[in-house]
Amino acid sequence: MSAVRAGDVALERANAPITGPTAGRRSLRRLWRLKWGLAAALVLLLIVLVTLAAPWLAPYSPVEVDIQHRLGPPAWMEGGKTDHWLGTDQIGRDLLSRMIYGGRVSLLIGVTAVAISSTIGVLLGLAAGYFGAKIDWIIMTLINVMLTFPFVLLALAVIAVLGASLINMIFVLGVAGWPIYARVIRAETMALREREFVVAGRALGMSHARIIFGQILPNLVSAITVVATLQIAQVIILESFLSFLGLGVQPPTPAWGNMLGEGRVYMLNSWWIAAFPGAAIFITTLVINLMGNALRDWLDPHMKL
Amino acid sequence: MKRYALRQLVQLAVVIVGISMLAFAILHVIGDPVTLLLPQNAGKEEYARYYKLLGLDQPVYVQYWKFASRAVQGDFGKSWYTDTPAFKLVIERMPPTLYLTFAGLGMALLISLPMGILAALKRHSLVDNLCTVVAVAGQAMPLFWLGIMLIIIFAVRLKMLPASGYGTWQHFLMPAFTLGAFLAPITMRLVRSGVIEVMSTDYIKTARAKGVAEWMVVAKHAFRNACIPVITVLGLQFGQLLGGAVVTETVFAWPGVATLTVDSIRNQDFPVVQCAVVLLALIIVAINFVVDMVVGYIDPRIRVGT
Repeated sequence: MSAVRAGDVALERANAPITGPTAGRRSLRRLWRLKWGLAAALVLLLIVLVTLAAPWLAPYSPVEVDIQHRLGPPAWMEGGKTDHWLGTDQIGRDLLSRMIYGGRVSLLIGVTAVAISSTIGVLLGLAAGYFGAKIDWIIMTLINVMLTFPFVLLALAVIAVLGASLINMIFVLGVAGWPIYARVIRAETMALREREFVVAGRALGMSHARIIFGQILPNLVSAITVVATLQIAQVIILESFLSFLGLGVQPPTPAWGNMLGEGRVYMLNSWWIAAFPGAAIFITTLVINLMGNALRDWLDPHMKL
Repeated sequence: MKRYALRQLVQLAVVIVGISMLAFAILHVIGDPVTLLLPQNAGKEEYARYYKLLGLDQPVYVQYWKFASRAVQGDFGKSWYTDTPAFKLVIERMPPTLYLTFAGLGMALLISLPMGILAALKRHSLVDNLCTVVAVAGQAMPLFWLGIMLIIIFAVRLKMLPASGYGTWQHFLMPAFTLGAFLAPITMRLVRSGVIEVMSTDYIKTARAKGVAEWMVVAKHAFRNACIPVITVLGLQFGQLLGGAVVTETVFAWPGVATLTVDSIRNQDFPVVQCAVVLLALIIVAINFVVDMVVGYIDPRIRVGT
């Protein structure tokens, strides 16, 4: 019994490369897209460095309350002062400092959650693709169940039971995110399984483990890298949404999501409290996506993801 | 076709059982309902009494069976907060969520169809590049931030639209756009690649050779065939769309299932959470099934191919 959904077939066909311009023009386009990817990578590097250097760069402590200067507008606006470049929030904390520190949380959760989910997903995908038959059917059914559930709802429900905290959030986002990896890896493994070097390995009497980890896995590194990169952006968006609802990172720890959530209340007069953290999320996910797309083009332009 | 339908139906049943297990597991395996229900200073005998009362002293499979057999009859227990049946609470909130979802779907199509077709017909032109930029930006945009920015601009500054709530068509505009912007990028890409693929086929050349007007070629011959992947993926994305509706609802205080779920989570009202999660998942499964059937009917390659 096949557990492949009709939709996947159509999706794959839709994403299949289209025969287009001449080879010369295509390689020029590739280079052009790569340029964007490189620029995005540089911006991302800058963001990472800034958040890492937060204690030295941030002008104030992110949790230092200064009630006298609450709701101060950004420096370039009327009434803004240069000692708070991006203004202050509802209890007078410096918004710029909170933005810098907030990025730490988002990036930390993004990277660790992706590390967990890619490990689970790759192992299950390898098992399903390599062994096929019943194992494949069980894993594919699991994938279908997980993908049917809106990820947001699943995360919400689990957080509700476990309680909101940084660790729980990494756990939820890490454990719930695996099906995407498993699906890609399974398809790639199935194709690799029939290749000569794998068949030869089996004929030589190599163990399954040695074939899977020594021969198949190294060929999947680029696919895993691309999916993982793109997933970091998704995890950051999801994390900030949970924090936005008050179910993620708990105040006073600054995270872009909970800053946005707190700022929503003051939207009427002090739009900057909500606008800047959101812009930070947007820019970060944008550069990660651009980098992921460029990575895919560079590693394997025909990859079906 | 019959075999295909049967296979999909078996798959459907398995997925539904899986979902019910997942919903059950979230509360009963990961969490402990009694700890959530009782105050922190409750004594040991109080705990034991509640375990017995809720049937938690029985083996897990017995508990699951009880949960599942009741759930099939639409009985998810009473809300711990309001003491009304959870099922009734959730069903009452369902219509706004579905309206929002379909409005979002409509908005996504309204944005992505013209843009995708235009981008495909004028490849590598300014329009095409613009569409790519919009798609890339759209995919990175956190929905809730987009919603808040819309509120700041159109409700707070320009005072053109209501900031939140439900009722008139004006209330629909911003939430539908927010949700539409979530789905539009992927749809646009699919429409674009679909139209490009179709435009290079022989029957399009034939139609042109016959002297069919170019707009007729696009509208009648190309568009129809390009629709297949779009319908499929839209169906497949329906779960994601409902997920997007969750986000949109909370931003615009939309009185749908999602706001109910988030409120219930805050109130630790688990029967309602469980019921909402199961019902939403059921809707998604049902729609996926219908989409699979429709696509299998339109395109025989799919039902044979798998």
